[in-house]
Amino acid sequence: MKIHEHQAKELLACFGVPVLRGRLAHDAEGAAKAFDELAAGVAVVKAQVHAGGRGKAGGVKLVRSAAEARAAAATMFARPLVTPQTGGAGAKVRRVWVEEGCEIARELYLGVVLDRAQRRPVVMASAEGGVEIEEVAARSPEKIVREWFDPLAGLHAFQARRVAFALGLSGDAFKAAVPLFQGVARCFVEKDASMVEVNPLVVTKAGRVFALDAKMAFDGNALFRQKDVVALRDRDEEDARELAASEHGLSWVSLDGDVGCMVNGAGLAMATMDAIKLAGGTPANFLDVGGGATQEQVSAAFKLILKDASVRAVLVNIFGGIAKCDVIAGGILAAAAEVHLAVPLVVRLEGTNVELGRRMLDESGMKIVTAATIDEAATRAVELARRGATRRTAP
Amino acid sequence: MSILVHAGTRVLCQGITGEAGRFHAQKALEYGTNVVGGVTPGKGGTTIDLGAARVPVFDTVSQAVAATGADATMIYVPAPFAADAILEAIDAKVALAVCITEGIPALDMARVHPELARSRTRLIGPNCPGIITPGDPAGGRAGGGCKIGIMPGYIHRPGSIGVVSRSGTLTYEAVWQLTQLSLGQSTCVGIGGDPIPGTSFVDVLSLFQDDAATHGIVMIGEIGGAAEEEAASFIREHVSKPVVGFIAGRSAPPGKRMGHAGAIIAGGKGTAGEKVEALEAAGVKVVANPSHLGAVMKELLAPAV
Repeated sequence: MKIHEHQAKELLACFGVPVLRGRLAHDAEGAAKAFDELAAGVAVVKAQVHAGGRGKAGGVKLVRSAAEARAAAATMFARPLVTPQTGGAGAKVRRVWVEEGCEIARELYLGVVLDRAQRRPVVMASAEGGVEIEEVAARSPEKIVREWFDPLAGLHAFQARRVAFALGLSGDAFKAAVPLFQGVARCFVEKDASMVEVNPLVVTKAGRVFALDAKMAFDGNALFRQKDVVALRDRDEEDARELAASEHGLSWVSLDGDVGCMVNGAGLAMATMDAIKLAGGTPANFLDVGGGATQEQVSAAFKLILKDASVRAVLVNIFGGIAKCDVIAGGILAAAAEVHLAVPLVVRLEGTNVELGRRMLDESGMKIVTAATIDEAATRAVELARRGATRRTAP
Repeated sequence: MSILVHAGTRVLCQGITGEAGRFHAQKALEYGTNVVGGVTPGKGGTTIDLGAARVPVFDTVSQAVAATGADATMIYVPAPFAADAILEAIDAKVALAVCITEGIPALDMARVHPELARSRTRLIGPNCPGIITPGDPAGGRAGGGCKIGIMPGYIHRPGSIGVVSRSGTLTYEAVWQLTQLSLGQSTCVGIGGDPIPGTSFVDVLSLFQDDAATHGIVMIGEIGGAAEEEAASFIREHVSKPVVGFIAGRSAPPGKRMGHAGAIIAGGKGTAGEKVEALEAAGVKVVANPSHLGAVMKELLAPAV
């Protein structure tokens, strides 16, 4: 789960991380009012969307008057913001953050993630702020300093000092940076974050240090104990079908192809997508109905797939373990009875009660293409999707 | 022979009075696993009916170990409490803990890991189907098998292929292909789909390499992390047995979590392409088509003409 920049800054501030004063606005007039309230002379209007790369896309504007703030916000609200992370359609801007300006002397990078190989969190910092960390890692990996820490002990002061020295900080900026690094690390642990990124972390000409931008993402598995984080969730920023799927206990990722998929198990679901690609097609979604799928879940999954207008064929691939094939077949038949099935359906069942499941589908009178292997199922589904596409585009 | 578990393994079930714990303890028992007892705090002193047998329930893992001589435990404790259950198993010095639970917070596992590293307990999982050393598919104590997990027992056959995987149903798929080609399995290990697993590919590959009864290895990886790359380095140096591999997620978009908590391409790293390349460079026969896992293993095992 992700949150907005202004929310991340509020959270970080609770852990002693210095941030600049700002106001949230939901329309252009609000942005003008925010500018006046800040009375800072110079402010920055920042579009709040759950995607990076806003600056170059016109989502961050320096303004020197309430009128400029109003105009900048109006432009951002007027059309979707297209950044390298939003996809071509862009992201609709529903709120902007108006923040006081500051005189920047240096821009640094600070991030915390879980290092899977080391099995503990790591603080990463670099003197090259405002640049994607992946870019720095690829170009000059020696410029990134890392300090691993035990989540129980937190980031020790000597580790924070080591980071500050490596960044070339001194004087007041050094003194401010040490507790800041420790605060960011503590925020990561206490809020069960999966990622905290302060980019840039700025040193002002007056020697003060601020989190000028902030991104946070959280471990979905830990949300049960992070009620205040859950309260920050902005459903408008999330994929509607992913949300709907999660309400049924299904794991869904929307993709841009035309073969809808329903599979049990994440690994098998990915393998099925891969088989579709291999057969020359593209999957419309990733969908894991889980190891113990019920008839209701299967039915809900089926309806979700068919909601996607670009789907031209549906591929069901189930390896029954705990989930029995007859239950899956029952779910398919129940869903098909409710929704009009306008596209071809390819089903591959294997595993527990497979004979019964196959017989139920055969005897249903529905037009279902059955396949024996993943390979065969993918090939058939891609063929049928292609035929559907030709039919639709024919004059 | 086999690795880690065999017919003599004495198995506890943590969370045995829960729905999942009881169901799978019973299935394990039916398969022939020597289920010697269970643990549910507050239910100590009672017994639980597992169909073919009643087994005692204890309040703590250490009590259960003292009373039953258990050397393995399967954990079916809900996610918020699962890390604690693993720590309790470590404290009780159980040799093998298999954690099936999905959805454990990643930082909980980061807290467990130092304790695990200091201990003599091996953890398999979490978020995994478990481990099975196949016995007679008809099941029963005489069948010689040991199933600790949620996999359907009947798809397995005793034999000489070791299977190691980050996935659940994709592992069943591979096992079923092997079984249909009359290639039985020595042991199948699901190491799980979480970012911080207790046991890695390298750990299991090392055990398979040293197991005289394992003649070939099927390894199933997926996008995210660098465990497959580490496995590739290990295979290049230390594994002489034929290895067939598959990496799920060639078609997965970056930055999206594909079901498993650990299946995500982050910062351009952890792609299927990198993993396939590393494994192929180490001499692993990586199949692009998941339907070919069994057949390619069979080809590799066929005596050279």
